[in-house]
Amino acid sequence: MSSNKKYWKSVEELNDNSSIVETLQQNEFVEEIPTDEFLGDKEALESSSTSRRDFLKYVGFSTAAASLAACEGPVIKSIPYVVQPTEIIPGVANYYATTIANGFDFASVLVKTREGRPIKIENNTDAATNGTANARVNASVLGLYDNLRVKTPMKGDSAISWETFMSETTSKLNGLSDGKQIVFLTSTLPSPSTNTLISEFASKFGNVKHVVYDAVSESATLDAYEAKYGSRGMANYDFSKARTIVSVGGDFLGDWQGGGFDSGYAKKRIPDHGKMSRHIQFESNMSLTGANADKRVPLTPSQQRLALAKLYSLVVGGAVSVDLPKSIAEAVQQAANEIKSAGSNAVVVTGIQDVNAQTVALEINEHLNSKAFDPKTTINTRHGSDKAVMQLVADMKAGNVGALITNGVNPMYTLPNASDFKDGLGKVDLSIAFSMKQDETASNFEYIAATPHNLESWGDFEFKSGHYSMMQPTIRPLFDTKQFQEVLLAWTGNASTYRNYIKAHWTNNILNGASFNKAVQDGVFVGTSADAEPLVETGSESSEEQEIETPSGNAARALARSASSNGMELSLYTKIGMGDGQQANNPWLQEFPDPITRTTWDNYLTVSKVDADAMGLVNENVANGGLNGSYVNVTVNGVTIDNVPVIIQPGQAKGSVGLAFGYGRTSAALKEEMKTGVNAYSFYQNFNSVQNVTVEKAAGMHEFACVQLHNTLMGRGDIIKETNLEIFNTKDKHVWNKVPEVSLNHIETPVTSPDVDLWEEFDRSVGHHFNLSIDLNACTGCGACVIACHAENNVPVVGKTEMRRSRDMHWLRIDRYYSHQDTFEADDTKKEEFSGLFGDNGSLGGFGEMESPADNPQVAFQPVMCQHCNHAPCETVCPVAATAHGRQGQNHMAYNRCVGTRYCANNCPYKVRRFNWFLYNKNDEFDYYMNDDLGRMVLNPDVTVRSRGVMEKCSMCIQKTQKTILDAKRDGRPVKDGEFQTACSAACGNGAMVFGDINDKDSKIAELKEDDRMYHLLEHVGTKPNVIYQTKVRNTAKA
Amino acid sequence: MKQVIYRNLTSKILSLGFILLLTFSTSLNAQDGDPVNGKSLFNANCAACHKLDKDMTGPMLRNVEARLAEEGLDREWINAWIRNSNALIKAGDAYANKIYNEWNQTAMNAFPQLSDQDITNILAYTAQPKPEPVVVDNGPINGGGDQGGVSNNLILGALAVLFGLLAMALVLVKRTLNRFAEAKGIEAVAESKGKPIWRAFAENQFLVLVTAIFFLLASGYFVYGYFMQVGVNQGYEPVQPIHYSHRIHAGDNGIDCKYCHSSARVSKHSGIPSLNVCMNCHKSISNVSAETLAEGKTNYGVDYDAEIQELYKAVGWDGQKYTGDSKPVKWIRIHNLPDFAYFNHSQHVSVAGIECQTCHGPVEEMEIMYQHAPLTMGWCINCHRETNVKVKDNGYYTKIHEELSKKYGVDQLTAAQMGGLECGKCHY
Repeated sequence: MSSNKKYWKSVEELNDNSSIVETLQQNEFVEEIPTDEFLGDKEALESSSTSRRDFLKYVGFSTAAASLAACEGPVIKSIPYVVQPTEIIPGVANYYATTIANGFDFASVLVKTREGRPIKIENNTDAATNGTANARVNASVLGLYDNLRVKTPMKGDSAISWETFMSETTSKLNGLSDGKQIVFLTSTLPSPSTNTLISEFASKFGNVKHVVYDAVSESATLDAYEAKYGSRGMANYDFSKARTIVSVGGDFLGDWQGGGFDSGYAKKRIPDHGKMSRHIQFESNMSLTGANADKRVPLTPSQQRLALAKLYSLVVGGAVSVDLPKSIAEAVQQAANEIKSAGSNAVVVTGIQDVNAQTVALEINEHLNSKAFDPKTTINTRHGSDKAVMQLVADMKAGNVGALITNGVNPMYTLPNASDFKDGLGKVDLSIAFSMKQDETASNFEYIAATPHNLESWGDFEFKSGHYSMMQPTIRPLFDTKQFQEVLLAWTGNASTYRNYIKAHWTNNILNGASFNKAVQDGVFVGTSADAEPLVETGSESSEEQEIETPSGNAARALARSASSNGMELSLYTKIGMGDGQQANNPWLQEFPDPITRTTWDNYLTVSKVDADAMGLVNENVANGGLNGSYVNVTVNGVTIDNVPVIIQPGQAKGSVGLAFGYGRTSAALKEEMKTGVNAYSFYQNFNSVQNVTVEKAAGMHEFACVQLHNTLMGRGDIIKETNLEIFNTKDKHVWNKVPEVSLNHIETPVTSPDVDLWEEFDRSVGHHFNLSIDLNACTGCGACVIACHAENNVPVVGKTEMRRSRDMHWLRIDRYYSHQDTFEADDTKKEEFSGLFGDNGSLGGFGEMESPADNPQVAFQPVMCQHCNHAPCETVCPVAATAHGRQGQNHMAYNRCVGTRYCANNCPYKVRRFNWFLYNKNDEFDYYMNDDLGRMVLNPDVTVRSRGVMEKCSMCIQKTQKTILDAKRDGRPVKDGEFQTACSAACGNGAMVFGDINDKDSKIAELKEDDRMYHLLEHVGTKPNVIYQTKVRNTAKA
Repeated sequence: MKQVIYRNLTSKILSLGFILLLTFSTSLNAQDGDPVNGKSLFNANCAACHKLDKDMTGPMLRNVEARLAEEGLDREWINAWIRNSNALIKAGDAYANKIYNEWNQTAMNAFPQLSDQDITNILAYTAQPKPEPVVVDNGPINGGGDQGGVSNNLILGALAVLFGLLAMALVLVKRTLNRFAEAKGIEAVAESKGKPIWRAFAENQFLVLVTAIFFLLASGYFVYGYFMQVGVNQGYEPVQPIHYSHRIHAGDNGIDCKYCHSSARVSKHSGIPSLNVCMNCHKSISNVSAETLAEGKTNYGVDYDAEIQELYKAVGWDGQKYTGDSKPVKWIRIHNLPDFAYFNHSQHVSVAGIECQTCHGPVEEMEIMYQHAPLTMGWCINCHRETNVKVKDNGYYTKIHEELSKKYGVDQLTAAQMGGLECGKCHY
């Protein structure tokens, strides 16, 4: 019951008309506050003994005193599960076999989860045939924790519920007017169950079209294969079965035909019983493949066509008239000779996006009966058809498309004619984008169906015919997402979950009685149909007939005719770090140095030195060491991109330039810092990666963030030791792998001898003694280890400006060196021949010359991390003993002890120590993944997140070795060989990095330590590192 | 000693005789159940779901036979229900279906192994009258406690009075003596005023210097001590959201630490047990014994039963089933190692076989858990220096132990000799 009592504060309130009450209601103070009295009197203020500064001092002091007095730790809460899942033990990692398949990268992987959070991607060693995880796959775990993901389904810009989404879209799909198509525009989905689902959808709705779209197309390859063998696919290559490899523009260590060929290639690059494969590369851009080749011939894209046609005529026969420069013609002739002598041990591949070129390659391999060439097993990781995509855009513009449903594609960014697509989109009645991001495309669509990340989804894939891979969720979906297939099931009125649908599909069609759960557990499954079922049955006969009709060499002649060049030619390529650009918001990948240019956070036009000089383009290092490059305006067929930065690329063919896809994103799905570079897709007209181009110099200089400022070895052959196969096979190891010597009492003594050692040797015979071997022959420089190290060790991302200041934090870098002469050997000779300071052979001018790389240099890669010296120079200079030596060979770094003098980094001959100039976590100045709660979920809880002002470096993954030891102790058994792994050695699919305990005399690493090829980096310094390198052997003897 | 043995013997004879008597009595009349036997059967078979006086997963069973008889159900029906309730329900028995539906269609386990006599025994146990509430018995005990308190006060009071009297006596004696002195004419000699001691001290520079040094050193010592204990939370004993008594669980009940903290065996974390582990036991333990309850109230001011109810609230247990309405408990973490220090429980617990109490103190006596050890690096290092590695029967250590003992010339290796003092073993 409310009361009618009235409270009054003064008698005045009883008087209804009192002015005082009125005034008090308006203003709390009846009288004006005399602020002027104490602030207005300037003199008094100035003469006051307590100045403003004093006041602040007192406040500061009392605050400090109060906080010191209240020196108590925060209260930390621990919240256990209500019902703990049986498979989760806090502190113990679980591994799940799953698949990363995002339309561009495909790999069967193991995912390490801690307390239910996926934190790292590792290779699935059971997946022998499905390739290994590359740098982008390794980095994709960070995409799961991207704060800019679409978190709920959206209609326009507003979030809606799934119920609304389903009811609205279903009624709209049902209400489409007759005659209008429903089109699925998806990335390549080699998923058996999804394809069945789409066909079920088609039979329900009718008039359904499925267009597969690869942002970076392999359509020519697919068309050539289809014409020859009758089904759409790509022939499989196993480079481990090839003795001679000739590639014409095929970057098969990169993303050529879906990628994943590098582990097979690397197997044959390690000399075994005096034999290794020989690799000849014809290309225009300097690619990773070209950098690894024994012989690299730079030539423009149009010359590539001629060279391939010529090669065909020389190997298979048939006359093709080509006009090639003499040196190239000779190289082609020599390649042909080598192919012929190798016979079926040879293989020829090409990356020219032309049906004729691809047909020629298929025909050569068929003619050779190449062992490495397997047309029966098709690779299914690229399936797009350029024609179908073009047709779709035309249909959309004509208003024939009623509903457009995209999944995993971003045509508004990746299509060269994105504006046409946008026009067409306006005429589509219903547009639904299944997307993880509100990207360029999705933001223009009517509905966005928020999809989960690969690590939150179910899925099945047939990477190669008969070789299946299974995707299972490793975490509950973080957001309110549904995968494409689930929605398809709902649209078709199927109540089953997608998981059960896959299971049913597999049980009926694939497993052939094998266990589904086993397939999920293994993540991979090899079907019995792998060999039994010839994929090319239907239509193959007709194409055979066609083959008979066309006389041999037709394709080659057509190819030769098609080669036309006028002026500069542009080759568009994908970078190892960025691929097609869908992971552009991944700071690990942005900061990943390109293996060739060693540049981060950018794409750029690669120009040869000759062309750059002709156009007046320069690259220069400025005072702070940063690299600057000229800008150019690039025009292709009327489309111009202004201010493209230029990198002068040694090895770039004269008359050609290169530009990488994947940059120049503009959508709001990326943080501002990630919107780097220019969008090369606008040049990708007719899906042709080669375009005629005009390049004009523009004003201004671009600031690159390049992590390697010095490009040549300057004849210091002991950094990367290398030799050729002939010397390696015939000469003693002291000739090609000489241990440096110093003079002791006028007797040359090897530096490894204890007599010349300043230090007393530690006793390392007891317990474990870890060594890491890096085989420079097997290392292709792919950088998977760099990202794996990033993920394992919580290495921070520092951003472009800091990278430019050489403050990168990578614990593991892959140095890339060019030769100054045509070969590194010639560099060494040149250096040896210096005499005196001046003159023709003077060292003063000579060394200056040697700083610039050759036009077509030899390239060498060398992964360098902390060498864990047994006599470590860093340890002796630390004033606080923060870095100390462990008995197991690891050089320890105690962050909590470090005071940041940086003496150790100065004294390190390998320059592998990294200093935390800033606080890189929870700092708005470094707004990358460590700055939001979601991104921090990827951190490895076993490794400290470093703070500002401390030094850090490679720990040789001590958290992993300690875990292995502890596991063995708990089981009460010795550690087996191969159990010890570092993040980099586990990530290396090429077998270039081997880690282990050399005190275990039967281990692989102990054997490698005694190998003839073994050497230490900068051995003459006498640091006795625990990282060993294997001398690079080039198969150049026949040159 | 002998007496004890005799007493045991007597009790054994007595109980044997009792059992004999019972056996005969049962053979005489099968309808008479044996409540003692029935109790053990009840505990073995029924107690998981039933209590005598409280509904649990199943209904309470006190006087169940009598209550069923009111419903018109005889022993035959009870036998059939217990041996296979499901069959009875399926057969369409009206009361069986009624019960089944009343209890959310929770099926009762079948007990075909129970003989008629077993059932009789169980029913006899359930038919026992409810014991008088123990609280009543508690009254006098509590009263006794109170009396004890009063007597303590009394003693203290008496002592105070005594001291007062003594002091008075002293004053009186002094006054009397003074009076005597006055009477005898003796005058107290007044001391001549020399230099005050403080001035003498101030004028002696050497003494001043020594004192200053002493004070500086002393304050330095204390300041250092103060700073060194910053961040050391030894004795940290926060109030937890649920009053959980390690004393009762680990001490009185003797539950193994690793029953609840099971991940200590395999993981770096010992783990705070999830609530389902608590419910393994507390599903059927909803209140503590009267003595424990009283003890909690008097000694610790805690109502243990209320705390168990807190657990039920958190886990969402309404006494019979989980409601699904759970609320995780936000425990306050006591042992906080900094991020840069790596510690692994399984290394110490499983491999080294160290008792939990070595680091965590007498947990079985702690009513509320507190931090026993300082958890400083010096404390870790000391232990590593002194503790021998347990190498016996561990295949991992065979080789390394042999080589290291040769190197150091010792039989037993300490953790330090094994490399346990290296920075990188704990800091990475």
